[in-house]
Amino acid sequence: MTTGRNKVTIKGTKEGLVFFMDDTCSFDELLADLREKIEHSHQQILTGPLVRVSLKLGKRYCTPEQQEELTGIIRQRGNLVIHTIDSDVITREEAFAERLKTGFKIQTHTVRSGQVLDVDGDVLLLGDVNPGGTVKSTGSIFVIGHLRGVAHAGTNGDDQVIIAAAAMRPTQLRIADVISRPGEEWAETTGATEFAYLQDGKMLVAKMNYLSRVRPDLGLKKR
Amino acid sequence: MGIGIVVTSGKGGVGKTTSSANIGTALALHGQKVCLVDTDIGLRNLDVVMGLENRIIYDLVDVAEGACRLQQALIKDKRFETLSLLPAAQTKDKSAVTPEQMEEIITQLKREFDYVIIDCPAGIEQGFRNAIAGADQAIVVTTPEKAAVRDADRIIGLLEREKVGMPKLVINRVRSHMMKNGDMLDVEDILDLLAIDLLGVVPDDEFVIKSANMGEPAVMSHESRASLAYRNIARRLLGESVPLLPLEEKTGVLSKVRKFFGLK
Repeated sequence: MTTGRNKVTIKGTKEGLVFFMDDTCSFDELLADLREKIEHSHQQILTGPLVRVSLKLGKRYCTPEQQEELTGIIRQRGNLVIHTIDSDVITREEAFAERLKTGFKIQTHTVRSGQVLDVDGDVLLLGDVNPGGTVKSTGSIFVIGHLRGVAHAGTNGDDQVIIAAAAMRPTQLRIADVISRPGEEWAETTGATEFAYLQDGKMLVAKMNYLSRVRPDLGLKKR
Repeated sequence: MGIGIVVTSGKGGVGKTTSSANIGTALALHGQKVCLVDTDIGLRNLDVVMGLENRIIYDLVDVAEGACRLQQALIKDKRFETLSLLPAAQTKDKSAVTPEQMEEIITQLKREFDYVIIDCPAGIEQGFRNAIAGADQAIVVTTPEKAAVRDADRIIGLLEREKVGMPKLVINRVRSHMMKNGDMLDVEDILDLLAIDLLGVVPDDEFVIKSANMGEPAVMSHESRASLAYRNIARRLLGESVPLLPLEEKTGVLSKVRKFFGLK
C-alpha cells in the first residue's frame, strides 16, 4: 500500500487488542488500511489464541452497516473477538433518547383507578396516585401529591431506586422485585412526606430527611 | 344548540337514574327544554321513575335502526311541556346501538333541546361508550362509600381520556350523622381524592324512594331536602352560584318558631 500514514493503529493492552481508527480520513481509506493490516502486514501478531478486540472510532460516526463492514473484516481472523465498538460521537436521536433515559420525566396529571403510568427512567409526578392507580418506572418515583395507589420503582431490577411521596399512603409499594404493603415491614404510614427504599432485600420507609444518609448519591447516579 | 350531559357512575345502584330524572325535571321546572335519554338498553328504568312506562311506543334502538323518526320515539311529559323522554329498548342489549349512532341521535336532540340528559348504564363497556359518545359534559354520581368512590375515580379517568369536558360530582345518599361520626367517608375526603368540582350533595331521603315508586320525580315536591338539593344542582348547572345545603336539618327552637310562622 502506498498510503502515507497509518489509518489504523493497533495496540496491545491487558484486555486485549485496541484498534484506534483515524477519524480524519475517508471511510474507504480506513477500510483499505484495515484490510491491508488484517490480511497482509500484521499476520504474526494477529494469529494465535483468542484475543478480545476493542474498536475506537474517535470522532467518526459509523452507521450500523459501516460498523458491520469493519467487524466483518476483523472477523476474517477467527481468533479475533469483537468486544466493544466505541465512538466519541452519537446522533442527535441517540443523544435525545439518552437524555430522556437519564433525565426526569415530569408528568402532571392524576393517576386514577385503573390507569397505569409506565415510565422509562426517573419520574416526577405532579399530582396524585389514587387507589387502584399504578405508577411504574425503571428508575425512581417521586410524587408531589398523595400516593394512595401502587408504585413500582426499578422495574428492571434496580434496587438502588427509591419511591418518595409528599403524602405517603400507598396500597402497595414495589421496588425491583420486593413487594410490600403498609403494616408489614414498615409501620402504618402517617401520610407524611416519606420515601421507601430497599436495604438487604427489605423494604423500609423513612422520613425524607433520612434520604441523604441512605442514598447520598441518588442525584449523581448515571444509568 | 343545547348541551348533552351524561350522568354516570361506574358502580350500579348509586342513583344515576334517580339523579337523571330529578336533574332533568328540575331543569324543566326552570323553563328549560329538556330531553332525558335512557341508554340502559335491556334494563331501562328511567321511564318507570318518570312514570311514563305505559306511553312507550318506539325506543332508542328503533331510532338508531331507522324504524321510526326521532320525533315519533320522543315521549312528551304531560306535567311539564318542556320535558321529553327518549326511552331505551327493553328487548335488546347494549350492542344494538353503536357510539356513532348515539352521537348522531344526541346531536339531533341538541338542536331541539336546551339540555339533553343522558342516563348511562353501570359499567365501563359498550353501554358506557354509547352513553358518552354524544356528551359535552358529564355528571359523576357517587355515594359516600369506598367502592362507589373507587368506581367514580375510574370513570373520571375514562371520561378524561375520552375528552368529555371536566366532569362534575354529585354525592348522593349522604347521611349526615354517619359522616359526623366518621362512619362514612365525608365530603372533603371524597373531593380530595377525586379532585373534581362538586355540583351538589344530596341527602339520603326516604321521600326519593317513595316518589320514584309513584313515578313522580322528587323535585316536583317542595317538602324533602333531597328535592331541594336537586333543585340547587339544576340552578348550579344553569350558572347560578348556590351555597351547599347544610347537611343537618336545623331543629332548634328558633327554626321551629320560624316554621310555625311559615318563614321556612
